[in-house]
Amino acid sequence: MNHIISIRDLSRNEIDQLIDEASRIQSSRFNDQLLKGKILALLFFEPSTRTRMSFEAAMARLGGTAIGLDSVEASSMAKGETLADTIRVVSGYADTIVLRHPKEGAARLASEFASVPVINAGDGAGQHPSQTLLDLYTIRQSMAIEGVSVGLLGDLRYGRTAHSLAYALSLYGATLHTISPKGLELPSSIADELREAGTEIVEHRDVSEIIGSLDVLYVTRIQRERFPDSASYFKVASSYRVTPELLTDVRDHLIVLHPLPRLDEIDPKVDQLPYARYFEQSRNGIPVRMAMLQKVM
Amino acid sequence: MKRDAREGLLISPIRNGTVIDHITGGEALNVLKIIGITGATTESISVATNVKSGKMAKKDIVKIENRELMKEEVNRIALIAPNASINIIRNYEVFVKKGVEIPHILVGVVQCPNPGCISNTNEPIDSKFEVLPKGLHCLYCDWMITRDITSHLI
Repeated sequence: MNHIISIRDLSRNEIDQLIDEASRIQSSRFNDQLLKGKILALLFFEPSTRTRMSFEAAMARLGGTAIGLDSVEASSMAKGETLADTIRVVSGYADTIVLRHPKEGAARLASEFASVPVINAGDGAGQHPSQTLLDLYTIRQSMAIEGVSVGLLGDLRYGRTAHSLAYALSLYGATLHTISPKGLELPSSIADELREAGTEIVEHRDVSEIIGSLDVLYVTRIQRERFPDSASYFKVASSYRVTPELLTDVRDHLIVLHPLPRLDEIDPKVDQLPYARYFEQSRNGIPVRMAMLQKVM
Repeated sequence: MKRDAREGLLISPIRNGTVIDHITGGEALNVLKIIGITGATTESISVATNVKSGKMAKKDIVKIENRELMKEEVNRIALIAPNASINIIRNYEVFVKKGVEIPHILVGVVQCPNPGCISNTNEPIDSKFEVLPKGLHCLYCDWMITRDITSHLI
């Protein structure tokens, strides 16, 4: 069965193939009836705007149909049904399942009980492979990924997108510069594993130290709930804010990415600068998810 | 059999069953836990802890009457007592003597310490860990257990 659960399950070659396919799709070279008659089940047990809508749109662009839950409260999960049973039942209704769930490892469990392919659309603080693929795709639209210098800014402890991207970039010999508030650093288990695999990781406290030598600045949200009070949150969040002033002396080809939604991490004035690519990154969710659906179905 | 008789000063020889010898000193109770022996089980069990040993400074010994351990049970023991030897006893004689091997995958042996892991819910699954040189890797949530494995035994 062709599941996509974690970016770590994919080889560099498989990632490249998906990105190449997304690129072909974006140039309108795809069969818009390829998945005609196929049904995609969207099981979202957590709120989602971009991921859910872009999977629905991706399926529609390939000629297929998407069905889904409107809320957990309206599902049998609210009656106490296990995820395993839900997956077995939905396997009988659809040709592929896209799952978002609050528990880490939920998609792996689903893949054990499903009789159709499962795509992980985020499992708690765990994996979110379609986000990582579209991050990589957006980088490759601007430059070769090989050997790229990437700054990871923000909450690197709990931010699953940063973890998955760091793993994927290590396959491309990237140099990672981590910039995070105290207590929200990249977990040492991840940093050690990446270093053992030969990835250079340099830690910084202040993004201005390194901004001039970055090719990509990947910004993640600092979550308010990680702080004891609003005052301490604002103090930290303001010191990790990307502003036009910060970007005055940067490489011409620098791109600023963010998995969105953003709060205060990026000043809206940055949106007008040529470096801002986060809305394009979000739009790239469509061709990337189309490539993923083509691969598994 | 002389050797067994000498050990009999501490714990009696058994007629049929399993003797687990050369357990790391102090780990005997964890060995019993790992193979599912609790106060509620019916087997006769003898345990000796911190016995002087030539090979190891101190070792523990466990004797279980009328139960021959399965290979999977034996290999779980390797997690906490990698030097243990297993003797299957039939009619007071050692019928088979073997070492332990650390299994590649552990199913239902340790509990994932990550409270957010799907294996800690009411789903119909057992915990599943991959045994790596630096620790145990949860195959559901990718959490690593790098120390104090015994405190996570189910």
